[in-house]
Amino acid sequence: MAVMFSGCNNSKSPNGNRGALASTAAEKVYVPPGEHDEFYAFFSGGYSGNLTVYGLPSGRMFKEIPVFSQFPTNGYGYSEETKPMLNTSHGFIPWDDLHHPDISQTNGKLDGRWIFVNGNNTPRIARIDLKTFETDEIIEVPNSAGNHSSSFVTENTEYVVAGTRFSVPVPQKDISIKEYKGNFKGALSFIEVAPETGRMNLKFQIMMPGFDYDLSHPGRGKSHGWFFFTTYNTEEANTLLEVNASQNDKDFIAAVNWKKIEEYINNGGGTKMPAEYAHNVYDHSTHSAKSTIKKEVLTVDPTKVPGAVFLLPTPKSPHGCDVDPTGKYIIGNGKLSADLTIHSFDKMIAAIEAEKFDGNAYGIPILKFEDVLAGQVKSGGLGPLHTEFDGKGNAYTTFFISSELVKWNVETREVIDRQPNYYSVGHVMIPGGNSAAPFGKYAVAMNKITKDRYLPTGPELEHSAQLFDISGEKMELLLDFPTHGEPHYAAGIPAEILAPKSQKIYRLEDNKHEFAALGGDETRVERNGNEVHVYMSMIRSHFTPDNIEGIRVGDKVYFHITNHEQDFDVPHGFAMIGANNAELLIMPGQTRTLVWEPEQVGVWPFYCTDFCSALHQEMQGYVRVSPANSDIKLSWSLGE
Amino acid sequence: MKKAGILMILGSLLLLGLFEFPLWNIMLGAPQYPDPLGMNIYISGIKGVKEFDIQNIDGVNHYIGMQTIPKPWEMWEFRVFPLVIGTMAALGVVIGLLGFFGKVNHWWFLGWFGLMAVLGILGMYDFNLWLNDYGTNLDPNAIMKMTRPNGRPMTYKPPLFGHQKMLNFDVDSWPHTGGYLMFAGMILTLVAFFIGKKSKNIAQ
Ligand SMILES: [Cu+2]
Repeated sequence: MAVMFSGCNNSKSPNGNRGALASTAAEKVYVPPGEHDEFYAFFSGGYSGNLTVYGLPSGRMFKEIPVFSQFPTNGYGYSEETKPMLNTSHGFIPWDDLHHPDISQTNGKLDGRWIFVNGNNTPRIARIDLKTFETDEIIEVPNSAGNHSSSFVTENTEYVVAGTRFSVPVPQKDISIKEYKGNFKGALSFIEVAPETGRMNLKFQIMMPGFDYDLSHPGRGKSHGWFFFTTYNTEEANTLLEVNASQNDKDFIAAVNWKKIEEYINNGGGTKMPAEYAHNVYDHSTHSAKSTIKKEVLTVDPTKVPGAVFLLPTPKSPHGCDVDPTGKYIIGNGKLSADLTIHSFDKMIAAIEAEKFDGNAYGIPILKFEDVLAGQVKSGGLGPLHTEFDGKGNAYTTFFISSELVKWNVETREVIDRQPNYYSVGHVMIPGGNSAAPFGKYAVAMNKITKDRYLPTGPELEHSAQLFDISGEKMELLLDFPTHGEPHYAAGIPAEILAPKSQKIYRLEDNKHEFAALGGDETRVERNGNEVHVYMSMIRSHFTPDNIEGIRVGDKVYFHITNHEQDFDVPHGFAMIGANNAELLIMPGQTRTLVWEPEQVGVWPFYCTDFCSALHQEMQGYVRVSPANSDIKLSWSLGE
Repeated sequence: MKKAGILMILGSLLLLGLFEFPLWNIMLGAPQYPDPLGMNIYISGIKGVKEFDIQNIDGVNHYIGMQTIPKPWEMWEFRVFPLVIGTMAALGVVIGLLGFFGKVNHWWFLGWFGLMAVLGILGMYDFNLWLNDYGTNLDPNAIMKMTRPNGRPMTYKPPLFGHQKMLNFDVDSWPHTGGYLMFAGMILTLVAFFIGKKSKNIAQ
């Protein structure tokens, strides 16, 4: 027996967390059948363009919310109603790289109304409604590229920010890349959020020097009104950046007093410039999205607003930029160094008031490193990235190169505990991590490499997340679970805040969709030239109508389908043979439109894709397609 | 007799609760309906316990060929019952007042109670007839035709009173607030009779 055990242990993963310890971990993550998790966790799907919803502590996945990507599962981005959501100034872009989710706040606390996420590639910010878990709004960010230091909200959700990772010519123009230095600009965009509706509006852009703006976090408490952005490539190199952008010993954290800029703008400051960007809004009463192209943006030259923007020297290529729950400390981690740098907000203010500047960059004052430094954590780890807080005075920092999570005390800066991650951890998430009141019970490490954590699935593996219990002095690894795409960052919130508000159906009587068939008598088929509009309804277990004739090759057939169910969790699907887009999944009370352009003569079936009832398999119908010159009249029927 | 008259009035007035609260409630729970579907039966019509319960009960029932739940205008009962209840309440109050002023004796109270009991039994009988029709008068083209072990076609009459298992559903049928108020009112009128009888005896 002993030999077997030791043999087993030797061949196992390096953590050795087996036996008794593993069984207590299992108890801590076990959510019995029929019971609910304690937290919702929203993981960015990275290059999947989606946001995935998990339960903590079980690690069970509940939902994938399509945001920046087409989603054949329910027809998002394929249906006529949702296609406008993916419109941009570059046209229809059905993909993006979704990085940082952040939940709306009131008085620095999570309020669970919305969650904001950024599209990194074609700069966009999306707002997802947390009653319906659907994407309600997407706004494109002009003059930006690589929307990475985004989308974090201020403590009353006054603004969600979008800082550009890549500086670009503003306005864009045909210019040699070699002329980067001094000619490119980095836009920091402040998008205001309407308190009642959540509606977003790009209020202003600060045109910063051409650095790379990597991550950001809002001030809170005493530092409320400020926003902090890490920078790299302050060298403004344009080639072989791994060498050329790693020359300066210190880059910066840009500290932005947004209240001051807001005041400047409200007094008529700033310059309007032409810009083209899409603003896409989904309306839950028409069940449809509209895309508007905006033509102008208000820009601010930071040197014109004295006292609004300062640069805090921070060791070599800082990545993470995290503000502790009290708002007193700004932590910037040099990803190529070993130490954590903690800046003091109070010292920063004192240095600004004393005007103790160490030169300037393009007219923006640089403070002295020693004057703003609160202290450093001599961690012994390599490659510190991101920090979250437990609300009990402790911070948890991930180290990418040494692949570990390190717990330390924010005031004393002593390391309390360190746990290995498997492998190459990026962000860490504690529910409420970006707020004044974190829920410090669990931390989830999001790893970039999976290797041997699960059964191999060929060369391509999902990334692994690791759940730690952080309620004690030492952290305890409880669970590994795979997440979809690149789980870049995540946001967590207690289930009791969201679950009671979650919507169960759309009310049919509130359905204001232009093409809805709200009653059986409204179902019909109409021809308008070569466009045919089918106004169809669905309920367990039939479509009305289920037989349609008089369609011709070359027609463009719009199926406008309304789900008449008013019962929780009874969607129906619609799939049409030969439709070269996707299916539709239609929620109770909702209307969705799929376009089908039949190219072959014949009698073609359609059917329900969601197993809705005992007679789901019978939920089907036919469309007769005649030759282009046919004179067969349009007709439709059910039960004849 | 004054006390008895007051009780008679109060008892009759409790009937008016039926204009506000349901007389009866039927709940249908099943594994896939963790929040049971339910209907509240008022004297003027049937309403869902939750907003869309009636639509969803009808949806479920159409598989076995049951009729849809009647709308208020589809049954004469829902026009007549309010009249009967209103009339009985008014009559009870009048009798109570007359008793209070010594114009009528306690036997009038018992008379009212007797009439109300007869009407109530007729109402229950009628309700049961409807339940019977609802559960047995099935669409011959029903999607699902179930049979009992003895080969006879299955019927789906909900219980008049109490719990019954019907296919995958647990059905519970019980009086509701309006019904309890009515019963309490009727008992009060009976108590009024006995108190009236006692005070009469003392007076003699
Ligand atoms: Cu279906």
